[in-house]
Amino acid sequence: MPEIILRTEHLCKNFGGLKATDDVSLEFERGKVHAILGPNGAGKTTLINLLSGELQPSSGRISFKGYDITDARPEKISRIGIGRSFQKTNILPGFSCFQNCWIGAQSCLITSMRFFRPARHLRMVHRRADHALQLCGLAGKRNQIAGTMSYGEQRQLEIAMMLATEPELLLLDEPLAGMGSEESQQVTALLRELAREQTLILIEHDMDAVFSLADRITVMVDGAELETGSVEQIRNSQAVQDAYLGHADEEVA
Amino acid sequence: MHTVTRPIIVFLCLCLLLLLLFPVVGSSFYTGLVTKIMILSIFTISLDLLIGFTGLVSFGHAAFFGIGAYLLAILFGNLEQINYWWSLTLTLSLTGVAALLVGWLCIRTSGVYFIMLTLAFAQMFFYFFFESPHFGGDDGIFMLNKPQITLATRQLVDLDNEHHFYYFVLAWLVGVYLFLSMILRAPFGHVLIAIKANEQRVRALGYSTPHYKLVSFVIAGTIAGLAGFLEAAHTNFVTPAYLGWHESGMAIMMVILGGMGTLFGPVIGTFIVVLLQDFLPEFTEHWKLIMGAIIIFVVLFLPNGIAGLIFSISNRFSSRAPGGREG
Repeated sequence: MPEIILRTEHLCKNFGGLKATDDVSLEFERGKVHAILGPNGAGKTTLINLLSGELQPSSGRISFKGYDITDARPEKISRIGIGRSFQKTNILPGFSCFQNCWIGAQSCLITSMRFFRPARHLRMVHRRADHALQLCGLAGKRNQIAGTMSYGEQRQLEIAMMLATEPELLLLDEPLAGMGSEESQQVTALLRELAREQTLILIEHDMDAVFSLADRITVMVDGAELETGSVEQIRNSQAVQDAYLGHADEEVA
Repeated sequence: MHTVTRPIIVFLCLCLLLLLLFPVVGSSFYTGLVTKIMILSIFTISLDLLIGFTGLVSFGHAAFFGIGAYLLAILFGNLEQINYWWSLTLTLSLTGVAALLVGWLCIRTSGVYFIMLTLAFAQMFFYFFFESPHFGGDDGIFMLNKPQITLATRQLVDLDNEHHFYYFVLAWLVGVYLFLSMILRAPFGHVLIAIKANEQRVRALGYSTPHYKLVSFVIAGTIAGLAGFLEAAHTNFVTPAYLGWHESGMAIMMVILGGMGTLFGPVIGTFIVVLLQDFLPEFTEHWKLIMGAIIIFVVLFLPNGIAGLIFSISNRFSSRAPGGREG
């Protein structure tokens, strides 16, 4: 019996009259890569923002490892082990890569309200920050100022900052957005590496990446869940093709 | 984020040496003036913690300066003998409570709303003192005596002696500088600096950013209260003008001119602004015009203030910065 790490029950989010998330009930298994697909405006990022506490749901329930986290704030969500990366690169541009990861790694302290000893004496934080950089292939860029790196590297750093908090569950909001093919391959390889040990919830437009990475896929349309299944099921689903894949193909062509 | 390199440390030590030697050569007038500037520097350094390190532009920071000064004058002004330890502890803790209350409400907002809210609070305090006959109204309060610094009946420092007072304030200035450098190097400071860069992200990494901002606000407010305490003890006089928006604005100007986010920049900024204010009027009655021109020049050509200029000079001296090890 697979363990359900995260569960949403009848999750709804309304912005005025708009139902951005409409009665979404999903289960995410530990150790799996669960991708969420959907055309633009399907409510994927809203869903991630609900899961990560950036937004509060209008109704419904979210539970993580059996605990109710429906109304938890972003900092709480992060502290209990759910990390997230952002669709728009969201780093500290004036800081070096290492300093960026440091802030993530330092959140392992029970509290950072510590005023006396210099932070650099914290060996554990050091190790975690360096480990996160290494995982993302940025060890060589340790001291480079984040804002001066290429877009792809900044996306990698985005993920490294999240990894530095050592989350149990990773929420990745379009990690490949806006990347060239070479950069995108690098990050796909990184995600595959992470997927071996971690639980990932992945929002992505890049169909090839999704099909090659995901164990399960949920397709969303207009804020609601259209279908959830294995890669094969989704590939062969008529409803999905009508709603999304066919439409996307036309757009690409 | 600036790394304090060795040339900067040498520079700061030289400045300290100058300040240490100054009373030996300086006349009584100038010793008093430099004492006043150092007190104001403690105030502007504390504002730099908010503006330069936490990203909170407070336009009401003078409120805490004024509250510190008024607390000393109201609670202890009529006493024959003022116990320094008691008066300082009480003044600072009450100023801290005031900063906690004001900060608790203000940090919920950000950007221009934070500026307006802190300004509104400061003006509230200003008019409270300005219009209370009990507390001297617009005349302010004169104090009879200065606090007595004694330890087991022995007098340690005689604040009535202007040289003693000078070194006493210098010790506080160095102490505040070292204290703030310490907390900025500690885990707390790392979170503050990151909040200034990107608060949303820091929150998503597991930090309750409002708490950090509030603690920063309280620390800054308390240190401003210390500066107010020293100012009241120095002049034996408090006036509502201490809390006015003009004081807050001048402090922001000193921080920006000197270079925010550097701790020592605001001290330089304070020295320059006060000295210009004192000497320019002797040359021309249009001195405010020259003052304005200098500020415009600095903002346009030295975006990181005078401290930024010092940093770029020092980088030329040090063969190579020791890389970006955090700090």
